[in-house]
Amino acid sequence: MRITTTVNGQQRVVDDVWEGESLLYVLRERMGLPGSKNACEQGECGSCTVYLDGVTACACLVAGGQAEGREVVTVEALADADGLHPVQEAFLECGAVQCGFCTPGLLVQTHDLLARTGRPSDPEIREALAGNLCRCTGYEKILDAVRLASERMASR
Amino acid sequence: MTTPTQATTPAAARTRTPIGAPGRLENDAKGGVGTSPQRPDGALKVTGEFAYSSDLWMDNMLWGVTLRSPHPFARIRAVDIAAALATPGVVAVLTAADVPGRNVFGLELSDQPVLADDVVRYQGEAVALVAADHPEIARQAAKKIRVDYQVWEPITDARAALGHPTWNRLHDHPAEDVELSRSAAAIHPKGNLVRHLKIRKGDPDEAADVVVRGEYSVGMQDQAFLGPESGLAVPDGEGGVDLYVATQWLHVDQRQICTALGLTPDQVRLTLAGVGGAFGGREDLSMHVHGCMLALHTGKPVKMVYNREESFFGHVHRHPAEMRYEHGATRDGTLVFVNCDIYFDGGAYASSTPAVVGNGGTMGIGPYVVPNVRIDAYGVYTNNPPCGAMRGFGSVQTAFAYEAQMDLLAAELGMDPIDLRVRNAMAEGSVTPHGQTIDSPAPVAELLQRLREMPLPAEPDGADIDLRSLPGGVANSTHGEGVKRGVGYAVTYKNVAFSEGFDDYSTARVQIEAHQGNPLVVVHTAAAEVGQGLVTIEQQICRTELGVENVIVHPKNTDVGSGGSTSASRQTYMTGGAVKLACEAVRDRILTLARDRTDAPLDDAALVDGNIVTPSGAVLMSIADAIGEAVIEETREHHHRPTEEIDPETGQGFAHVQYSFSAHRAVVDVDTELGLLKVVELACVQDVGKALNADAVVGQIQGGSAQGMGLAIMEEIVVKDGKIRNPSFTDYLIPTILDTPPMPIQVLEYADPHAPYGLRGVGEAPTISSGPAVAAAIRQATGLPLTRVPIRPEHITGT
Ligand code: FES
Ligand code: FES
Repeated sequence: MRITTTVNGQQRVVDDVWEGESLLYVLRERMGLPGSKNACEQGECGSCTVYLDGVTACACLVAGGQAEGREVVTVEALADADGLHPVQEAFLECGAVQCGFCTPGLLVQTHDLLARTGRPSDPEIREALAGNLCRCTGYEKILDAVRLASERMASR
Repeated sequence: MTTPTQATTPAAARTRTPIGAPGRLENDAKGGVGTSPQRPDGALKVTGEFAYSSDLWMDNMLWGVTLRSPHPFARIRAVDIAAALATPGVVAVLTAADVPGRNVFGLELSDQPVLADDVVRYQGEAVALVAADHPEIARQAAKKIRVDYQVWEPITDARAALGHPTWNRLHDHPAEDVELSRSAAAIHPKGNLVRHLKIRKGDPDEAADVVVRGEYSVGMQDQAFLGPESGLAVPDGEGGVDLYVATQWLHVDQRQICTALGLTPDQVRLTLAGVGGAFGGREDLSMHVHGCMLALHTGKPVKMVYNREESFFGHVHRHPAEMRYEHGATRDGTLVFVNCDIYFDGGAYASSTPAVVGNGGTMGIGPYVVPNVRIDAYGVYTNNPPCGAMRGFGSVQTAFAYEAQMDLLAAELGMDPIDLRVRNAMAEGSVTPHGQTIDSPAPVAELLQRLREMPLPAEPDGADIDLRSLPGGVANSTHGEGVKRGVGYAVTYKNVAFSEGFDDYSTARVQIEAHQGNPLVVVHTAAAEVGQGLVTIEQQICRTELGVENVIVHPKNTDVGSGGSTSASRQTYMTGGAVKLACEAVRDRILTLARDRTDAPLDDAALVDGNIVTPSGAVLMSIADAIGEAVIEETREHHHRPTEEIDPETGQGFAHVQYSFSAHRAVVDVDTELGLLKVVELACVQDVGKALNADAVVGQIQGGSAQGMGLAIMEEIVVKDGKIRNPSFTDYLIPTILDTPPMPIQVLEYADPHAPYGLRGVGEAPTISSGPAVAAAIRQATGLPLTRVPIRPEHITGT
């Protein structure tokens, strides 16, 4: 089948999509956007988190066909011409990235959290990121990064 | 339903280099040894541009999948691939008969077939391969392969596999042999014993005032790295192959792949693709030979990516262990003897079981001085999933036992558990049970004393309690009633690098040239970056040793000598040491060139900030001027000081090159009515000798601590009758950010005079001491013996 969707602000048309393919597969294997990750493909790890019509979703749980006519934003679009987004900068500076496989999903989820909640408390951060597994960091530096990004974004 | 087909991306040029092949890493971070510059792959990782092994892509590539055995133990009578091969879109179906070289691989013993040809020895063993132009077509075709199995009853208990007695599980009872197991069938031709390590020191029959006994079990833990096993094999058209893969040790992979393919090393070239975590689970081969077989057979690039379920079958796990300990002490708390029996269930193939037994045995009583020791540690074949390397490697299991024993002994003596540990703590000059004198600082007592002095987290405030801070969280299962707080301590030590006489080394190539008037360095090693930050360390060492800013990290591949394994906490020590040696050789050549341009004495000159300077800091000339048009390149191997095999009867010998030391304090709230837990805080003090990158050190300690905690309270591959019951992240739980507490860390730097910069390997020790501290805290809160980890709610409620 053919899917027409807006990805990171650009209209994309892909053909020959099989009905069983997830949005994650379509992004990664058919659109050349492998930034969203595939750690579980069961909705358990959050590594595939994208925006679908402005709401965060696990791309592995969305059928490719469900993205028809909708708007998808992936980690690849967080930075802009001016450079990295404050969330990306904070993850880098705080050492919140080790292997980095969880990072794209965490960045999108944090981006969403900080767009909704200016200065989240630690329990709020933990609750918002509870669906994003990280096996490397023990999460402490991820918390540092979210706190730093929220401080910087609030003071802008 | 239409059939899936592989899209072609017009933009992808037809080339032999895949999209996503690693490039040179460079960034404008600055900072040498002892600072914490940003990672050179960091910007790529936060923009989504960093390509992992599962992101590789080539025009016209095929997808490979693996058919695995559903049975833990069976004979293969026949395999019929006709229906699978006839499936539209399928290009190849391969079985054992198609393995071009020797159908065998293995890290320490070559005992595992690439594809099972006669007998399958565990559920999930690879039997056949399919390549097709879409992964789903390949998966559907694999289901059409008909394998005729004669199913046998699996052997699933390590002691039974050896015909050894099992023992009762009642804590505090005299351990008695309750049942002599029937002797089990041999799973491998030479029987079911992989290794028996014996340590005999002093007189094990020495009398003690107080004796405590305990039996302990540790469940099977999974590394649960997030990046699935994956890679892309590209045939070269001349009978050779290039493999891009996520791994821990390119050269040991290459050796095994060459054997299985019947090719030479120059025909099998490996490049490290982006690695999404490892923790030991990538030390053995996964898709490597399979992908290469399919690529060579079809003449096309073949990509293989395991899904999470297959990943649970596609790599080795942490050995489950059954352990029985007996500690004897004087009334004043001085240890007199320790006797123990340790059984590591290695599953169907050996992997690194012999070395796990070596570690588990030699360090099996913890960092304590004990004059009389008997240790018997066994590694055993069963029909359970194969077990091998995981962070902490044999020491994680025994630490749960020996630290529980120390608490038991303290209770029996009416002593404070920290005082008991400090009284018996190892120090520099102490002798281990395997007869090795500790010849560098061993601050065991200080670690514990510092932990005791760290402030405790505040008690919950009854008035406005946040549900999220309670066991059960927003499930709203308690508002504090029935909740008890416990505090537990544990300390450990762990060997660094490879042991027992292994000639362990790493290679580094360092190149420098002048580029636009500035010195530019390229560092090339084959040492795997798996997330820990070795690429940053390599840059830092070059900056410090050569006085330069710009350091590029070359992609890691087999064009340079072995970097050894990214395991055993060894890479900063071993590959860092190799980079340092190569830099020193480069520096000598720079100074030789400089001598042509100056008469000033250069013997004491240093390279600082791009210049050659005198000891007083006067600039003699720039490094770029000294180099001129030259390109200087030096390659060096770094071997650590030799170790010895231990004596087979007494276990005595200089087995380990270095030890690292860590201790944890855990504070846990337990809902004693429901058995739910909240780890409130997990504090750690660790000696790292010298922190080359303090931020990365803390990141290793926190990440390792969380994994150790996971084993204590939630992580277990549940295996019943040889079959994995929970191969998914829905049913195998790893700690989330809600499960993981604040982790205050203190880092000590007592230099090891034998190591580069005095550093100690960091990565594993915290994974060892964190879990036992958590278990101790839960015991303290509940008063229960809790001799098995992970501790589950039913163990607490007794239901
Ligand atoms: S890959 Fe989508 S949640 Fe794990
Ligand atoms: S950094 Fe490796 S999983 Fe999070």
